[in-house]
Formats: sequence, C-alpha cells, structure tokens
Amino acid sequence: MLWYEIIGIVMIIIGAIFLFLGALGIIRMPDVYNRMQAGTKATTLGALSVIMGVGIYHPAWIFKTGIISLFILLTNPVSSNALARAAHNAGIPLYEKSVVDKYAEDKEKIRAEEEKQNG
Amino acid sequence: MRVFISTVVLFIVWVILTQSFDPQELFTGLIVAAVVSLISPAIASDKPKKWFQPKRYVYLIIYLFYFIWEMIKSNIDVAKRVVNPKLPINPGIVKVKTKLKTNAAKLALANSITLTPGTLTVDIHDEWFYIHWIDVSNCDDVNRSCQEIVEGFEKYLEVIFE
Amino acid sequence: MSSILIIVFSLISIATLLSTIRIISGPTIPDRAVGLDTATTITTAMIVLFAQIFHRAIYLDIALVYAILAFLGVIAIARYLEGGM
Repeated sequence: MLWYEIIGIVMIIIGAIFLFLGALGIIRMPDVYNRMQAGTKATTLGALSVIMGVGIYHPAWIFKTGIISLFILLTNPVSSNALARAAHNAGIPLYEKSVVDKYAEDKEKIRAEEEKQNG
Repeated sequence: MRVFISTVVLFIVWVILTQSFDPQELFTGLIVAAVVSLISPAIASDKPKKWFQPKRYVYLIIYLFYFIWEMIKSNIDVAKRVVNPKLPINPGIVKVKTKLKTNAAKLALANSITLTPGTLTVDIHDEWFYIHWIDVSNCDDVNRSCQEIVEGFEKYLEVIFE
Repeated sequence: MSSILIIVFSLISIATLLSTIRIISGPTIPDRAVGLDTATTITTAMIVLFAQIFHRAIYLDIALVYAILAFLGVIAIARYLEGGM
C-alpha cells in the first residue's frame, strides 16, 4: 500500500467513528437544540473526513471531493441554524435544566422592530 | 467589473467539476458562467477591490487551519459528552455582540460558531448573535466571558471580509 | 481494504439506523427534521464511499447533487415550521 492510501483509510475510519458518535448524540441528548449540537458538529466533521479520505485515496478525485466538502461545510451549519430558529419560533421549549434563554427575553423586541422595518 | 469577478469564480468551479480542458467544454463553461453572472446580480460582489488584496487570502489560509483545529477540538468535546453516561450538559441561550458589519462576514462567523466547541447560532439580529451554548459558564453581564466565543474568529474575519 | 470497509459500513449503517429511530420517535417535528438532516449528511458520505468501492467517479456528482437537494429540503422544512410558507 502507498503512503497516501494509508492516510486516506485512516481518515475514512475516523470519519465513520464521528458519524456514529453524531448519530448517538441525536439519540441521547434531551432536547432539540442539544440534539442539533451533536448532530451538526459531529456529522459535519465525520462526513468531511470520509469525503476527503476518499479524495486522498484517489488523488485524481481530490478537486471534486474538495468541492463536495466545501459545500457541506457551508450549508450544514446554515440548515441547522435555520432549524434552530424555526424550532424556537415554533415554541419548542428548551431542556428543563437550561440555565438561561436570552433569545426568548428579546424576542418581542426583535419582532416589533422587524415589523416596523417591513412597514 | 463586478460581473467579471463572479464569471471568473463560476468558471473555475466549472473547470473543477468537469475536469477537462477540451476547448469546447471550456467555451461552453465560459458562456454559461457569463450568462449566469449577468442575470443574477445578487451573487456579484459589492466592492470588487476587495478581491485584489493578497493580505485577505493569506489570512483566509491561516483562518482555515485555525478553524479546522477548533473543529476537531469541538468534536472531541461533543464526543466526550455523548459517550459519558451522566450526559454532562448545562445548556442555555446567551447573546453576544459582534464588531463585524458586512453580511458575508456575519455568515462566516455564524457558521464558524456553529461548528466549534459547544455553541450553535440560533438567530442574528443586527449586531447581536443569539447562541445556544451546551455548557454555559457564568456570564451575567453581556460583555464578559461570552465574548470569548466570537473574539477568536473575529480578528481573522475582520481582515478577510471587512 | 475490504475488512476495513466492512467495519466502516457497519458504523455508518448503525448511525443511519439511529437517526431513523429519531425520525420515527422524535416527539416534535423539529426533532424529526434534525434526524433527517443528520441522515442526509451521513448518506452523502456513504455515496462518496460507494464511488470509492465501485471505482466510478460519476458517483461523486450524484453525491454533490444529493447534498444540494438535501440542503434545500431542510431549508424548506425550516421555512414551513416558521410559518413563512
């Protein structure tokens, strides 16, 4: 085996472990926001590691896998951000042991300002 | 000028995706890139000069390495919490203030926050970021320890996007 | 290589199964959407692995298109939950 193939395989294995931990996280965490924390972070790094691992294993594919990774890196946080905002606005409560919720405190002010801007 | 920059960026993406230097494909790609950037002014850069300052690209590369390191740290942190049978979390939503002005910079900051240790951006309103934090340490006052979430990224993003 | 791929695929399959459990059981709709988001990211990684196994570069394009469609789907769900649609 060539040296870059070994690096690729190691990255694929690490990525698979992170994908598994991310999925375990969305089962174990108590509320939707904490699930998002585990789901987004661990699966993003896991997917990036697997995809770049395949790219390193096949050096001819490295640019294309680079584009896929860049796309995942840009869009995954955006979609979880949109989901978190939607969940909060749909009235999904935080985990009961949560410490603070500044967003709920400021929400009415934000809505009022947005309505003023929209006329 | 604005159209020219987005044409070049789209053309580079086209070449990477097709992976061929056949003149016919290059020509088609050039036409498609030009048409797309002509009919969609929303993707054009607002200040073309920004694209010709090499300092921004140097910082972008440094930032990428810093960011990947932070991301690996955050994943090990989350993995530890998930595997631990006691599930040691102490969540809450805090708000922090940012110095960044442009939309691109705010987007990059929000994405970076989401992918790094224990934090998730919930909403952005003007200069305030509402961040769900998996392990809230004490920050009663807005200007205290919570600002640490954004400060590490801000000093790079300020140079890259502002 | 093949024994390593078996381990990798078992881990990924269990991950997909766990996120499917979250999609089915999730008490609220955002919970299900989070499960879907996770499942699609895992699936994208899986398609890239298939490209590696069958030595077909064309599967990478499928992974890219799948990632784009999954992103649009989750954004659409989020907009719907917020009442913007």
